[in-house]
This record gives sequence, C-alpha cells and structure tokens, in this order.
Amino acid sequence: MIVQREQMNVVIVGHVDHGKSTLIGRLLADTNSLPQGKLEAVRKKCEHTSRPFEYAFLLDALKDEQTQGITIDTARSFFKSQKRDYIIIDAPGHIEFLKNMVTGAARAQAALLVIDAHEGIQENSKRHGYMMSFLGIKNITICVNKMDLVEYDQSIFEDIQRQYEEFLLEINLKSTHFIPISARHGENITTLSRRIPWYKGDCVLEALDNFNKDAPSHERELRFPVQDIYKFTAFGDERRIIAGRVESGTVQAGDEVVFLPSQKTSRIKTIEHFPQPCHSEAVAGESSGFTLETQIYIRPGEIMCRAKEKLPHVATHFKANVFWMGKQPLVKRKNYKLKIATQQVPVMLTDIIHVLDACELSSIQNKGQVDRHDVAECIFETLKSIAFDDIHFIAQTARFVIVDNYEIAGGGIILAPVYVQDSVLGQHIEEREFKWERSGITPDKRAMKYQHKSVLVIIDGPLSTGRPIAKALEETLFKLGKFTYLLGVPSHLLASGATTNDRVLNRVYHLQQLGELARVLTDAGLILITTIADIDKDELNMLRSLNRPSKTVVVRIGFNHFEHNDAHLILSEEEGAHSGADKIVNFLIKSLLLDPEYSI
Amino acid sequence: MKNKTLSKLDDLEAQSVYILREAYREFKSLAMLWSIGKDSTVLLWLARKAFLGHVPFPLVHIDTSYKIPEMITYRDQLAREWNLNMIYGQNTEAIKAKHTFPEGAIDRLSCCKLLKTEALRHTLAGDWPRYRLNHQTSQYELDTNKEPYTGVIVGVRADEEGSRSKERYFSPRDRNNDWDVGDQPPELWNQFKTDFAPGTHLRIHPLLDWTELNIWEYIERENIPITSLYFDQGNGKRYRSLGCYPCTFPVESTARTVHEIVEELRTGKFANIAERAGRAQDKDDGGGLETLRRDGYM
Ligand SMILES: Nc1nc2c(ncn2[C@@H]2O[C@H](COP(=O)(O)OP(=O)(O)OP(=O)(O)O)[C@@H](O)[C@H]2O)c(=O)[nH]1
Ligand SMILES: [Mg+2]
Repeated sequence: MIVQREQMNVVIVGHVDHGKSTLIGRLLADTNSLPQGKLEAVRKKCEHTSRPFEYAFLLDALKDEQTQGITIDTARSFFKSQKRDYIIIDAPGHIEFLKNMVTGAARAQAALLVIDAHEGIQENSKRHGYMMSFLGIKNITICVNKMDLVEYDQSIFEDIQRQYEEFLLEINLKSTHFIPISARHGENITTLSRRIPWYKGDCVLEALDNFNKDAPSHERELRFPVQDIYKFTAFGDERRIIAGRVESGTVQAGDEVVFLPSQKTSRIKTIEHFPQPCHSEAVAGESSGFTLETQIYIRPGEIMCRAKEKLPHVATHFKANVFWMGKQPLVKRKNYKLKIATQQVPVMLTDIIHVLDACELSSIQNKGQVDRHDVAECIFETLKSIAFDDIHFIAQTARFVIVDNYEIAGGGIILAPVYVQDSVLGQHIEEREFKWERSGITPDKRAMKYQHKSVLVIIDGPLSTGRPIAKALEETLFKLGKFTYLLGVPSHLLASGATTNDRVLNRVYHLQQLGELARVLTDAGLILITTIADIDKDELNMLRSLNRPSKTVVVRIGFNHFEHNDAHLILSEEEGAHSGADKIVNFLIKSLLLDPEYSI
Repeated sequence: MKNKTLSKLDDLEAQSVYILREAYREFKSLAMLWSIGKDSTVLLWLARKAFLGHVPFPLVHIDTSYKIPEMITYRDQLAREWNLNMIYGQNTEAIKAKHTFPEGAIDRLSCCKLLKTEALRHTLAGDWPRYRLNHQTSQYELDTNKEPYTGVIVGVRADEEGSRSKERYFSPRDRNNDWDVGDQPPELWNQFKTDFAPGTHLRIHPLLDWTELNIWEYIERENIPITSLYFDQGNGKRYRSLGCYPCTFPVESTARTVHEIVEELRTGKFANIAERAGRAQDKDDGGGLETLRRDGYM
C-alpha cells in the first residue's frame, strides 16, 4: 500500500506585475518540477520571437497573456515538496480580472501575497488581502519581491512589513511571515539567500511547508446538503438514495436525522457505496449516499442534520457580506437566484447597510446599489425558507453565490439570520390592495347573484391525473350553472418579457403571475381552476397571499407531503376524471362555497 | 473510526463525484465523452461511483477511424459489461474522401480539426448521425435522439498543457462550440456555472485537479480495467497517451503492470517528462492546442 501524501492548494495573489507568475515559475524550475525540456522550449520560443525570457511564460500559457505580458486567468500548476503535494494557483493581479483571481483563491487553503519592494503596497495588494479574509483563508505569507531593485535594503522591507501589518490587523488577518525575495533571481525561494544575510526566517518553500491544513471537521455538527435523490428503477435498482457530500461532521447507520427546512425526520438505514458494500459511517469531505428507514418526501437542497445536534438557522431573511462581480450592479427588489450549499432559491436584496471600499476600508453609507468590485453588508430576502449557518459557525453552509442572468455575479458569507415579519411580497400586496380602485359591486353582492363564493382551486400533483380532473371539474361546475374557468394557458406564456430558461426563477415568475391572475379573476367572482405539477409549502403560501382575500382550495393528488391542514382534499393517482371532479364538487358544497341556499 | 482522515485520492474522488452529481442534476441533456483512454475511463469509473453502479447518461466516442483497433474492442467490451448507453459519431465524409493527414491530404492540425473537432461538434449538436449500441444485437444502430447535448462531461486535466491549466470545472461554450478563454465565469466554493442561455452549452471537467500520477494511483487502488495498450507487451514499448495511431507514438518502457507505471511516474524515467510528449499535434505550431481548444477540441 502506498503512503498517501497530503495535498494543499495555495494561491498566489497581489497587485499587477508584482511578480506572482515569476515566483511560481521560479519555484517550479528550482524544485525540478517542470517537465523535461519545458524551460528550454520557453527560452527558445522567446529567442524566436525576440522577447526577453520570462519565468512567467511558464504559467501564462495563453497567447494573449504572452503578448500582453499579463496574467488573464488563474492557472493550476502542480509540484511536490518533501512534505506534501501542492496545487499552486496563479491568480491575475489586474483589477479587470478580479473575478478570475477570486475563482482561484476560493479553491485555496493558503495564500502567498506578493508585494513589489520597489513599487510598494498598491491598491490590489490591499484588495487581495481583504478578499483573502473574505474567502476565509487564514494561512497567508507575504513575499516582498523584487528586492534586487532596492539593493536588498532591509529598511525598505521593514517599512512595507510595518505598513502591511497595520492593514492586516484592520481586517483581522494575521500573517506570521514576511519574506524578502527576488523571484527573478531566485533569492529566498528554495534556499535562504546569501544576498539577504539580515533575513533569518524561512524561504518561500519552507513557508509553504509550514502552512497548516485545517483539520477536517469530523467532530463538528453534521451538515449534509442533499444534492440529489436517486432511484434508478430503469436499471432495476429499487434503492432510494439521498446523495450529497458531508460538509461537516460524521454520520452513521442508525443515526436519527432531520432535514431542514422541511423538518422531516427519519433514520439512516444504510450508507451506500460502489463497488464495495455499505460502509458504516461517512465523514466530512466524503461524497456519499444514504438510504433511510422511512420514505419521506424531501427535495434536493435540504440540509440533513443529526437530530440531537445544534441545527442550522431556518429563515427567509439574513444579513450577509457580498462581493459583487457582475457587469450589472446588484439592485434592490430584483429577482436573483441564490445558491447556497445545494439549495437554489429566488432572492432579493432588500437593504444595503453599507458599502465598503476594500482598499481604503472606508465605508460608504446610503448607496442605492452595489457596483462591480464593491463589497457590501446587506440584507437579503429569499422567497422560501432556507437552512443555513452563520460564517463563524460552519462556513460551508454559510457561503453563497448570487446568479444574475445565468452568471455567478456575486459571492457572499452569511453573518446572521434576520427575523422579521415584513416581506417584499407583503409590501407588494399591501400596495396593490391600497391602490386598487374598487368596483361598486362587492364580492358579497357577486356571491349572492352567482349563488356561490369565488375560489381558486389548485390541483396539485401528477399532471396526467390532474389535468383530466380539472377539465371534468370545470364541466361539472358549468353544468351546475356556476361561474367557472379553467386556466389552461401556461401562465409564463402570459407574462411578457419575463422569459428565462433558469428553472428556479421561471417557476417564481410563473407562480407570481398565476397569483396575480387569480386575485383578479376570483375578485370577478369566478371559481378558478388550475393544475400545478408539484407545489411546496412556501409556494403555496405565496399563491394564497397573492389571492387573498379570496379563498384558495388545494386538492392534492398522490402522496400527501403537506402538513395536515394544507391540502383540503387528497385524491389517489388512479382517481378517474369524473369521480375526482365529483369529489371536489362535494367538498366545495360541504365547505359552503357552493351552497344553493347560500345566503350571507 | 473517529480519526478517519481522507487521503489525497479520497479528496480528488469526492470532488469529482460532487461535480458529476451537479452535472446530472442540472442538465437534462447530458453526455460524457469517452476517449477510451485512461483519464476518461477513470471518469467513467467515477460516474459509477457517483451513481452507485449506474451510468445514467450516454457515453460518446468520436471515432476517427484511425484509432488503434484494440481501443474499439475494449470500448465495446466494457460497454456491454457495464451496461453503458454507448454512442459514437464520425466525420464519415472526410474519411470517405480520404481528406485526412494519414492519406497525405492535409496537415496534422487540419486533420484533428476535421476528424475530431468537427465530428465532435456535429455529434454533440445532433445534426450528424449518432450510432448507438443495441445491447440485444451488439450492433450499432442509428440513434433516433437528435437532441443537442447541453452538458458534456470531459476528462481533461489541468496538468496536461497550458490552456487546460486555465479551465473551469464548468466551462461555457457558445453556439459554435467556441471557448472564450479571456472571459470565463467565476467559480466559488463549489458553486459552478450551471445556468446557460439557450443555444449555448457547458463542458464539465471533473478531473481538472488530477495529475497523470493521481490517475494511475487511482487505477491501482480501485482496480479499474484499462486497455492493454498502456502496458509493455514484451517489445519494450507502451503507450502513455492514446490517440490516433498515425499521430501517437509509444514510449520506451517496460512497465507491465499498473504498479510499475505508478513507480515509473513517481520516481522513474517519466517523473519529469510531459505526458503528451508523444502527441505530434501539440508541436505543429506554437499555440496549436490552445487554438484547437478554443474551437471546441477537448
Ligand atoms: N527585477 C525584478 N523583476 C521581477 C522580479 N520578479 C518579477 N519581475 C518582473 O516583473 C514583471 C512582472 O512579473 P509577472 O510575474 O508577470 O507579474 P505578475 O504579478 O504575475 O503579473 P499579473 O499576473 O499580470 O498580475 C516581469 O517582467 C518580471 O520579470 C524580481 O524579483 N526582480
Ligand atoms: Mg501573473
């Protein structure tokens, strides 16, 4: 059996041209990590094109990068020290490519930050430092580079160290190491330099090996975001497998578990593996799969936790720090998509507490939007309850991204949940009702005339059963002389402009549109019928709110995953169209909505 | 087992499985490219891990007709054994017209472009015929599904060459399969770009963080069946990387087992020699592979 070595990802950051790529190139060359002939090939190519040789060309592999002498996108390179294997991530320093830098850095467990001794601390030296603290990278060493340009002057080095230490203090980062180096000349890279006798610390290579990898969080609370639920019946496999990765903690067969936000509970039956038989436990970092003792209805996105441990927050509002990378600014009251762990929900920005200048660390109040490269503390509201932790408790379930127009446009960390009554939806409804110019014919007068109250009937469940029932229901009601209408147009087709193939946002547009239509049509006195494939509790609440004060009746077909009083009537998946319709009519009569003797 | 720590291979495996599962959840029309080589075979194995023994999407092979014959035999054998939804596509026109490098008609790069890039583009788009293995008859038949694949899983590794070192796990391609290397989407904390505008598609790269050595260590650990072309059959030569026979050359090596290959890569003669050194198209021009890859080459 081979002894398994440890692997660590280290990102190299810093201001443009301060020598990051050169440092990595030198590190690779001086540790003999380059494939044979690579260095010579690059040298030859430089001669060929009459350009001075640069170690950076070993990393800057793209044509545009070489012609412009600049790193555009992060690159991975691989090297080994005595101690462990490294993936070294070269990040670009130019502000234009900040999103690429963040992409590289978000994969890292440690960072080297390069500062040019000659140019001193620049804008992105600070911005990158701030982003390290934002991304939660605690291992950080500062390389003061190009010492050759300042004659290896100790006082210049110490000045930079003092200034930068002050800055680090402000952002709550501590760096134990500042190393004076010359990347181009290989000083203090893999061995201590004779040119810098006054420096007695580690060289870069030793500094790397001295980084500590965060201990895996096996002992922490279990967080298992459900990535998917598999049932490969087509392959003759009857197992129902809850798939995902253990983000923290440990889980064993027999454990009592709770899924959030739904709060469904069950017990782990088996931990599934391929090709070996079942394991007895899964630990943080493992991609795994479970079967449960009981068949409960849960969806991808929920977080599985151990019932007796401290659970994540469940809320619709939270306070967070966001970092914005989008071409369009982050604005209030626009539907975005939030991705946190495996949950995806529509989200809106409701408040900007302040925007921070990541270089000067000064905060700007009263800004109405968050622009590209801003960092801001904000309040967000999700359309549905989500489960999350705060960043200081369990980071993996406290980090999120915001998707705007198919692109990841922002990254964020949750600071705390916010518990409020107010919601964007509530405010919208309030305004809608307030500005509504009421008809002289009140709902009561209409009900008297039509001999029935108005109602929205939602038939929820498999459409193959639901649609025929809905049709039959409309027909039956019509024959009884009731004012009824089956909404058969997919409502997203009614909403002009709101088209996207983002299924999460599409679904919200669809339901919002449906809710608004329902409010108008039930106000007109109709019994409005609609079918929906699979509606959850939050979605139902949204529809109900939008349709208020008219009543909403829910008919559930198949397995009832709602809490006891959410579905008014439950029909089986085998229910025939007419018998189903009759049952619904009976229910409506019973609950007085259709009483022929109806009077107020 | 409180102190169970994950090894480097465990970490790599967990991340790849996570990416495969993200892809499967997000893409209705998903396919995996299987080049029969060691990387995409490891990828195939990882898919079976991710989906607990099943591969719930088609495997697409681009057959240039110049593949080493053992590769095709091995492909069909595994396809049957593992019950794979196996599909191949081909630039039949160029092959029929002998418009290829081995026929002396064009240079290497143009040949790659026609037989691989073009064939791949059209097979993925569904506007050229796809041939699907019928497990009952063991024959390939014209596939009736012409839907474009919107998610394509590919086994490239960052350590292979420069432009691959810059790849994302989820990498968008536009209508023409083009890759905009200058403007790639951000990827944060295992949140990937899984949303895409109509007409575009995504390449998914679960193996980016693996090195050639990791691949072989994993093959050894998991006992993954690998085509015999990688091993010395007695003539002191073996393939280190598989492609078309006119452009891929075996290396001098007496490694006969997976373990010997691992040793050779770790400390032996190949520890410092690039894997693709035996691939001729990488050398024809300076940024050859970057250009090919911008246009949709894997
Ligand atoms: N004199 C001197 N020049 C250096 C040193 N290190 C890097 N340089 C030069 O500084 C220039 C920029 O170096 P790069 O390594 O490309 O800088 P970078 O930080 O990677 O730049 P971006 O990635 O574009 O942000 C090159 O011309 C290098 O040769 C050094 O130690 N001394
Ligand atoms: Mg650079």
